[in-house]
Amino acid sequence: MIPRLMKMRFLLLLAACVACSAQAGVKIQQWIAPSGAKVLFVESHDLPILDVNIDFAAGSIHAPADKAGVAGLTHGLLDAGAGDWSEDQIAERQVDLGARIGGSVDDDRASLTLRTLSSRIERDGALELLQTILTRPLFPEAVLARERARSIAAIQEADTRPDHIAGKRFAAAIYPGHPYGVSASVESVGRIGRDDLVEYHQRFYTARRAVISIIGDVSRADAEAIAQRLSGGLPAGRGDAPLPAVTLPKAETVKLPHPAAQSHILVGMPAIRRGDPDFFPLLVGNYTLGGGGFVSRLMNEVREKRGLVYDVHSYFSPRKLEGPFQIGLQTRRDQADAALKVVNEVLAGFLRSGPTAAELKAAKQNLADGLALRIDSNAKLLGYLAVIGFYDLPLSYLDDYPARVKAVTAAQVREAFARHVKAENLVTVVVAAD
Amino acid sequence: MMKRTLLYPALCVALAATGGTAVANPYEKQLANGLRVIVKEDHRAPTAIQMVWYKAGAVDEKDGTSGVAHVLEHMMFKGTQKVGPGEFSRRVAAAGGRENAFTSTDYTAYFQMIPKARLAEIMALEADRMGRLALTEKEFSSEIKVVMEERRMRTEDEPRALVGEALRAVAFQAHPYRRPVIGWMNDLEHMNWKDARDWYRSWYAPNNAVAVIVGDVDHNEVFRLAEKHYGGYAPRALPERKPQREPEQAGIKRVTVKAPSKLPYLLMAWKAPRLEDVDKDRDYYALEVLATVFDGHDAARFSKHLVREQQVAQSAGAGYDGTVRGEALFMFDGQPAEGKTVAELETALRGELKRVQDEGVSAEELARVKTQTVAAQVYKRDSMMAQAMEIGHSEMTGLGWRNIDKVLEKIRGVTAEEVQAVAKKYFRDDHLTVAVLDPQPIDGSKPKKPVVQRHAR
Repeated sequence: MIPRLMKMRFLLLLAACVACSAQAGVKIQQWIAPSGAKVLFVESHDLPILDVNIDFAAGSIHAPADKAGVAGLTHGLLDAGAGDWSEDQIAERQVDLGARIGGSVDDDRASLTLRTLSSRIERDGALELLQTILTRPLFPEAVLARERARSIAAIQEADTRPDHIAGKRFAAAIYPGHPYGVSASVESVGRIGRDDLVEYHQRFYTARRAVISIIGDVSRADAEAIAQRLSGGLPAGRGDAPLPAVTLPKAETVKLPHPAAQSHILVGMPAIRRGDPDFFPLLVGNYTLGGGGFVSRLMNEVREKRGLVYDVHSYFSPRKLEGPFQIGLQTRRDQADAALKVVNEVLAGFLRSGPTAAELKAAKQNLADGLALRIDSNAKLLGYLAVIGFYDLPLSYLDDYPARVKAVTAAQVREAFARHVKAENLVTVVVAAD
Repeated sequence: MMKRTLLYPALCVALAATGGTAVANPYEKQLANGLRVIVKEDHRAPTAIQMVWYKAGAVDEKDGTSGVAHVLEHMMFKGTQKVGPGEFSRRVAAAGGRENAFTSTDYTAYFQMIPKARLAEIMALEADRMGRLALTEKEFSSEIKVVMEERRMRTEDEPRALVGEALRAVAFQAHPYRRPVIGWMNDLEHMNWKDARDWYRSWYAPNNAVAVIVGDVDHNEVFRLAEKHYGGYAPRALPERKPQREPEQAGIKRVTVKAPSKLPYLLMAWKAPRLEDVDKDRDYYALEVLATVFDGHDAARFSKHLVREQQVAQSAGAGYDGTVRGEALFMFDGQPAEGKTVAELETALRGELKRVQDEGVSAEELARVKTQTVAAQVYKRDSMMAQAMEIGHSEMTGLGWRNIDKVLEKIRGVTAEEVQAVAKKYFRDDHLTVAVLDPQPIDGSKPKKPVVQRHAR
């Protein structure tokens, strides 16, 4: 199947949509479990299912540079044997329960998710499994050796892909000397031993570093018990050293060779932390620039008018520290310069003048009225709960969202962009450059 | 140690407890012009999805204009007699909505996710482009470039996509599934606006479409709106559809693709039956179960045996889609682990097949498939999009939404003997096509055309 657009361009919304207490009737409750873990809960009995997300402040920013990849391997091996269960037994148990355990690791967070039926036997079994994986992982040597080899093969394969090469180089260029710019390498993964995983788990998978989000067919009392059960067996944990500050890069253009038919182009810089008061002006402004799918300026100028690309987009991805502002596109390699010129003109024009009155109105309409679509399932809401909880956003975030969007002025957009997107810091990466 | 609970009965209870109100849901009405409207009410949130599915996909194309179904999909956003180019997207966005479209071998579909109060105006927009598309040479000449960029991104620079394309082109000699949905580059280069117009005139008729609406709506109100907006079009005679069945394959086929990569990639495909008669085609259900035994979940055989135990595979998968308008394939794919060859991976995959042929599958494995099926049925109700997709796909491929639950029930009734029987029956080398990615180094900045070599062995 071939969608007309492959990617959803609402990264900023998702990232930002910090707290989506849904429409009327959806209420976020929050408390601290006896273990010290923070808990967010939405009670919803429409479907007989339960969704749980646990975020630990255990993302790759916490990994030492010479052991880059340890965050991912620790997370990946949680279910490789835990408590009395082997890797195969954990897999079988999960499937027999009809449960789905998943997860991901990004710069800030290491996450585990559970979806289970809410009926007693399935729910209890699934929670027992998740608790065991979280609190009593074994990190068997043999499994580590296998997964280290698979990681290295995956890195070597990814290093042949133009989109991956561009993303990796871009991160390194905009975060020089900073953990946000470090990617796992064959060498760094090769240095990771079992002791590293054990230590990483003990240090970062602790109750006080955990935010537990729960939505579904359970009562408040049940949710309290679930949160304590999942986090009660975790170590208390130590305090953190402060995160290293992000320094802004100098503007530069990096060109890398590759035999691909298309050049992959990224333009951007570190831009915004979560909780920054400029968030809403940047959100609204970026909708016009390159976030609003088919109706953005970049899409209109580069794709609709000139037919230079299939995909062009821009987004802000707020993080604990300054997350990136990024424009991305791919185009036939002999027209890369022409496409990049249009992109730079559109960006410069937007930085100079901001949105027109009509553009501002359209952006606000879509963002404010479209909120309902982004929170109309338990799975979607869970993602928002997690972000609200992890980044300490106000519980009223979703309720406030439409009004905050509608209050943004064109002057605020211009000023916010001027503060966060500066020509002297913009880095351009072109892979498969002629 | 682990105690195996009796999960299956409990799951059934969970399902029954929540499915009870849905007896009459979805609702269907056919307009006088042939358009069928299917409404699934879901009142959990104040939103709705409209999807319009046209039974016109790559399978209906002719040699020389491959990709035209997908190109027309792009052109559907470029204006009608009343609505200017790009205006469709602007209006959906102004309503707070999100929209897109997709084309497959078997159909083309358009959808909008919107706040429920905006359904009437969005339906008016979708209805407008069903019969009044402008389709000018100017808009076409710009958009065809976009589609060629899309092909470069999805296929030319994606080694595994090239392997899939080569496999289909070799596996099918007669059937139109031999052509890629996105079209051959040369066909795109020589397509003109009249090709797209002819496609639109041939297939975009109310009697060749199904509208699916899921969300916080009243079905009678939706039927009334549909009558108002879609009811004015007259039905049209559709082009004749010939079966174009693939002749029986008489010998293994092999093809190699060279492209920039580090890991090799292996794709194996056997000709398999498609589901035609929901009641009689037992083999379809058994093959579905077999695919799940190999690769349906974390405890499935490929990842347990090939990735974790033997460590012959970096990754390994199996897939079977028998609900298609054309020919079905049962596929294996995978990347060999570091230090292993494609030949070793092929041998290992064949070993898994032989094990089922010789020893069958266990009761535990069968129970797992059933548990997965039931749980998935509950989970999908959290997603309006998943529900709308399921209804539309079932309608386009001839299954029909009324049979969706029946198919799941039949899958739950499959026996171990039936699984073993289909493993013996369908996986003959004479019906097999094997495609392999031969990795090329990426050093050197000049573009190299991917090379596809066909050879019989």
